[in-house]
Amino acid sequence: MHDKTLTELAAGLRAKEFSSVELTRYFLDRIARYDGQINSFITVCADYALEQAQAADQALANGDAVSLTGIPLAQKDIFCTDGIRTSCGSRMLDNFIAPYDAGVVERCSGAGMVMLGKTNMDEFAMGSSNETSYYGPVHNPWDREAVPGGSSGGSAAAVAARLTPVATATDTGGSIRQPASLCGITGLKPTYGRVSRFGMIAFASSLDQGGVMARSAEDAALLLNVIAGFDERDSTSAEQTVPDYGATLDETLAGLKIGLPEEYFSDGLDTEVARIIDAAVDEYRKLGAEVKAISLPNTGLAVPTYYVIAPAECSSNLSRFDGVRFGYRCENAVDLEDLYKRSRGEGFGAEVKRRIMIGTYALSAGYYDAYYLKAQQLRHLISDDFAKAFEEVDVIMGPTSPTVAFNLGEKSSDPVSMYLSDIYTIAVNLAGLPGLSIPAGFVGSRPVGLQIIGNYFNEARLLNVAHRFQQVTDWHLRAPQPFAD
Amino acid sequence: MSLEKTDIEKIAHLARLEIDPDDVSRYARDLSVILELVEQMNQVDTGGVQPMAHPLQMAQRLRADEVTETNQRDKFQQIAPQVEAGLYLVPKVIE
Repeated sequence: MHDKTLTELAAGLRAKEFSSVELTRYFLDRIARYDGQINSFITVCADYALEQAQAADQALANGDAVSLTGIPLAQKDIFCTDGIRTSCGSRMLDNFIAPYDAGVVERCSGAGMVMLGKTNMDEFAMGSSNETSYYGPVHNPWDREAVPGGSSGGSAAAVAARLTPVATATDTGGSIRQPASLCGITGLKPTYGRVSRFGMIAFASSLDQGGVMARSAEDAALLLNVIAGFDERDSTSAEQTVPDYGATLDETLAGLKIGLPEEYFSDGLDTEVARIIDAAVDEYRKLGAEVKAISLPNTGLAVPTYYVIAPAECSSNLSRFDGVRFGYRCENAVDLEDLYKRSRGEGFGAEVKRRIMIGTYALSAGYYDAYYLKAQQLRHLISDDFAKAFEEVDVIMGPTSPTVAFNLGEKSSDPVSMYLSDIYTIAVNLAGLPGLSIPAGFVGSRPVGLQIIGNYFNEARLLNVAHRFQQVTDWHLRAPQPFAD
Repeated sequence: MSLEKTDIEKIAHLARLEIDPDDVSRYARDLSVILELVEQMNQVDTGGVQPMAHPLQMAQRLRADEVTETNQRDKFQQIAPQVEAGLYLVPKVIE
């Protein structure tokens, strides 16, 4: 059951091989049985899920069902859910029950999908290993000594361990693609603005984008069909029409022009990872694609630029957590300033504090031009690199991450070495482009992801390119042994 | 760029963050290393480059100036740490 695709699950529900309640119980049982080993959920909402499943069964019986009615999913705990705690991985929101549903959650419920629970994540989505979560680290299902990546580590691990068929996630600097790569699954970060940010707790608003995690490009396409689209409550939501992402998966790749940026294959890339990416690109040659070398000359500046823009926006966004209207409040505050300082000091973890302070410093009087303005200018140059590349090629390919999953604790005391693990994903966010990661092989027991970057609003082409690869390879079908049964 | 302990104390105050005195030197070290990374931005001359605030260079959408929200004060205040008579309570500000 847990290896079925979304299309197979939808067919099974319609053929009455199983009901949505049975399907939901099946995955809830798997979570109860296995999640103790990987800690991928912060909250499991069994009663809520079973109620949604009953409603889905009713809709199926009445003929009111749409394509994914009755199929379970997990929501990253950054999406607000009415009546169910939304923690964002932080002590600050450990007691926070949102008074409304996020746009993404609303769309999933509206499509009849069943929410199993809320997945673990780095605190406020700040991290690349899921170790900054207030609820403890997530373990990689392929090797429990390894990190799952972050910040959407819980969603990635839950999908990889087959605890949910699909999950939502968010990506500000690589938080969908990097954990998808490290956990051996398919993860898509859409174009900035494609998926509503309404009710998605803000980290860096000009970079944040919601997306999907699944075991295959086909499943990812079907979930993206549900969550993509305009939402007037998000001021930067894109008004472009949404195509049927499932309709073009089988299109031929003959003549597809693939660009390989030389900067993504230079120093710092693990040689085994490089070998696997080369082999994946060879598969594309066999599928009829043309491959050419390109250059993204400002690649090396993406991480420094990001670590000005993201902290600056985070310091502003996170000023709302003040101990007054919701969230954590310290005890026995002597005055208002003490209330603010201790509520924030006690409610936020170390990485969040580091980023708030970097952002506060970069935006403070006298430093704005040297940091924030400079970073925004570099952002333009980085974005122009991609624009130039897309005049020559249809998609850009390379590794998602320079190495396979590192060990828990290996980088947690060195913030900069952690930041550099996102070296190939961050530029995509700065430019606002769509990107996805698909499994392409293993180094030992640990998965390697191939990143595919497309032009604005070309998600359908990215999913098509990923799907054709998955028809001729079986990396995406491999399951981590302890969770295979 | 190397930050001193006094810099950290000043930044933490601006950000309204209480930092444990034992942790100040660790933050000074961590933030200095991050700023060192950020300094790499200066390798490139960006004179004349337009700053980019938004990835899609979109114009901000406008809407009619009409009331669209309903009053949900009770629901919103259910999750507040301390309220009284519809007001949020904080420590006394004015003597």
